[in-house]
Amino acid sequence: MYQYDTHDQALVDQRVAQFRDQVDRRLAGELTEDQFKPLRLMNGLYLQLHAYMLRVAIPYGTLSAPQMRVLAHIARRYDRGYGHFTTRQNIQYNWIRLADAPDILADLATVGMHAIQTSGNCIRNVTADPWAGVAADEVEDPRITAEILRQWSTLHPEFSFLPRKFKIAVTGAASDRAAIKVHDIGLRLHRAEDGAIGYEVLVGGGLGRTPVIGKTIRAFVPRQDLLSYLEAILRVYNLHGRRDNIYKARIKILVDALGIDVFRQQVEAEWATVREGALALPDDVVAAIAAHFAPPAHEAGAGSVADAIEAAPDPALARWIRANVAPHKVPGYGIVNVSLKATDQPPGDATASQMDLLADLADRFSLGEIRVTREQNLVLPHVRLADLPALWAALDAAGLGTPNIGLISDIIACPGLDYCALANARSIPLAQALTRRFADMDRAQEVGELHVNISGCINACAHHHVGHIGILGVDRRGEELYQVTLGGRADTDATLGTVVGPAVSAERAVDLIAGFVETYLAIRHPGERFIDTVARVGTAPFKETFHAAA
Amino acid sequence: MPLLEDGRSVADPWIAGTDGQPVPDTGPVLVPLERLRAENAALTARGAPLGVALPNDAEVSDLIALLDGDVNRLDLITLTLPAFKDGRAYSQARQLRETHGYRGRLRAVGEVLRDQLAFLARCGVDAVEIDHPDAEALWRAAVGEIDAVYQPTGDGRTPIPALRRHISPARREDAA
Repeated sequence: MYQYDTHDQALVDQRVAQFRDQVDRRLAGELTEDQFKPLRLMNGLYLQLHAYMLRVAIPYGTLSAPQMRVLAHIARRYDRGYGHFTTRQNIQYNWIRLADAPDILADLATVGMHAIQTSGNCIRNVTADPWAGVAADEVEDPRITAEILRQWSTLHPEFSFLPRKFKIAVTGAASDRAAIKVHDIGLRLHRAEDGAIGYEVLVGGGLGRTPVIGKTIRAFVPRQDLLSYLEAILRVYNLHGRRDNIYKARIKILVDALGIDVFRQQVEAEWATVREGALALPDDVVAAIAAHFAPPAHEAGAGSVADAIEAAPDPALARWIRANVAPHKVPGYGIVNVSLKATDQPPGDATASQMDLLADLADRFSLGEIRVTREQNLVLPHVRLADLPALWAALDAAGLGTPNIGLISDIIACPGLDYCALANARSIPLAQALTRRFADMDRAQEVGELHVNISGCINACAHHHVGHIGILGVDRRGEELYQVTLGGRADTDATLGTVVGPAVSAERAVDLIAGFVETYLAIRHPGERFIDTVARVGTAPFKETFHAAA
Repeated sequence: MPLLEDGRSVADPWIAGTDGQPVPDTGPVLVPLERLRAENAALTARGAPLGVALPNDAEVSDLIALLDGDVNRLDLITLTLPAFKDGRAYSQARQLRETHGYRGRLRAVGEVLRDQLAFLARCGVDAVEIDHPDAEALWRAAVGEIDAVYQPTGDGRTPIPALRRHISPARREDAA
């Protein structure tokens, strides 16, 4: 894992002092709320419906055990005993006092963490494949690239006042678990014919009000040119992106208005002016960062996840392994996904005690490492298969053993109208109702992979457009209603879902989804996932479900 | 409005050559981009310092073309920050300094607040109009708040990745 050196630490410490001064000036009345707002947003501090919300950056979703303990401490000391893991691999605290914010940042800085650029119109925290470094299908650990980008984008003097926020995701694997096609920039690591590492660069993807699948702007950018190429893209966007309308300000609108070919020409012209400059990445700089992500010392072992399922003495353990444990690239190890989607649990929430427990379990069973996923779950990436029974028992006792990863109750949801000032409808109660309806885990495994995403408004924080079943909260004359889409996906074959029928009440939405599942089970071909069935038959059979439910 | 150059409060000798008013024969004159376009030859022939106010939606390359490629015919370029959150001037500044080698004064005007000063300086802006009773102290405090930087820009500061390369592998171990 990346360890801060004295330079990284000095910068973060100074940023804490700077923000403390900004908060002091606000509390003393020297700054108006209007003047303070862009400053606090540069540090992840939002004013929500009931309190300030602080979003803490978890770069590329990787945490050490000591970092997780500090997150637990913050939940306990400054919040109401819990935190909310987000679809951007960050954590949010929903009940923060402004006066406490500088102390929280100081606590974070003790373990090399911060809230820099978790909001505002800047380059946001860079996200990556949560199975980075452990997945079997990887060209290279994408965290090396993500850390290089973290440093380059931190307090970038030119790109801190962009037209709108800017999100970058990186994958190093054949199978995209970082949703790179729905980011402002998506990077896919791959090798040229001569074996050199470089990137396919996608641009202009995004969700929100105007969902767009990103387009390839360059099939291969050599690694040494990555930063100069990104700087060229950002500069064209900074100069030409729309600033007259907040809803038209993302890079996807600019790319769409110009067309990808004209946009590419502008980027290439700008790139020509910076490519040979100081941004070139020397091999030794990359190697020094890569050394931080060298694989930890695994014990020699044997066996596969399938063997572990076979050997499980308890059917409940076997069921959990089947759903939650993925193959690790080292024999004898597994990637353990810890569900934060127990029945009735607000998706992505974890209590301080659960966070402390996960830190301890990471130390005991996962070489001290934890990951946060886009699906709002956690990962213990390095678990010996022989340790699975002991780990499962400990997780299960703490409400963290739900065997539903990738299944219907593994719902992605935003905080919604329970917390968020932008929301039109509540997300959490609907998610909870769905977890109750689909609490039978044997049946959920029979239904198979099915992603349900619930956003409380059109800003799409829960990525509803790319849910197999997407749910969007809308406000119709004061009534909270939910519009349903089908067939979206965020993986390598990213697709936007299709709206099915008019918006319905929360209660009807639960019935409707149950009906969709029945329809799917009735018409699926053997081995066909829900998303494959929708791709094969379209939405028509599901629309009939809709009418039958009405 | 107080004017700082390199962090020092100075009197502003520049005369605004706004449209419609005759340009004085001597002394430094700051004209809008459109006036440069219209009276390019006459303004150049004056033989006195010339400055241009560059709107934030203008292309730097257009300005360079108007100057026949020689941006250093100008002694002052002003960049506009119409609102705190409008960051186009930062890119214009780096294009002028780093792409086109501009060496004259680069002044930020408009809604310039303390918390932009360090970023502006990094992009090559060396003069600001800022509304504050003790502008010099404000500038010193703001640009000194964070003294480590990750990005190479034209300001000549050594970014952290370059600092790391200058220490030996053994020291690097210690630092980690």
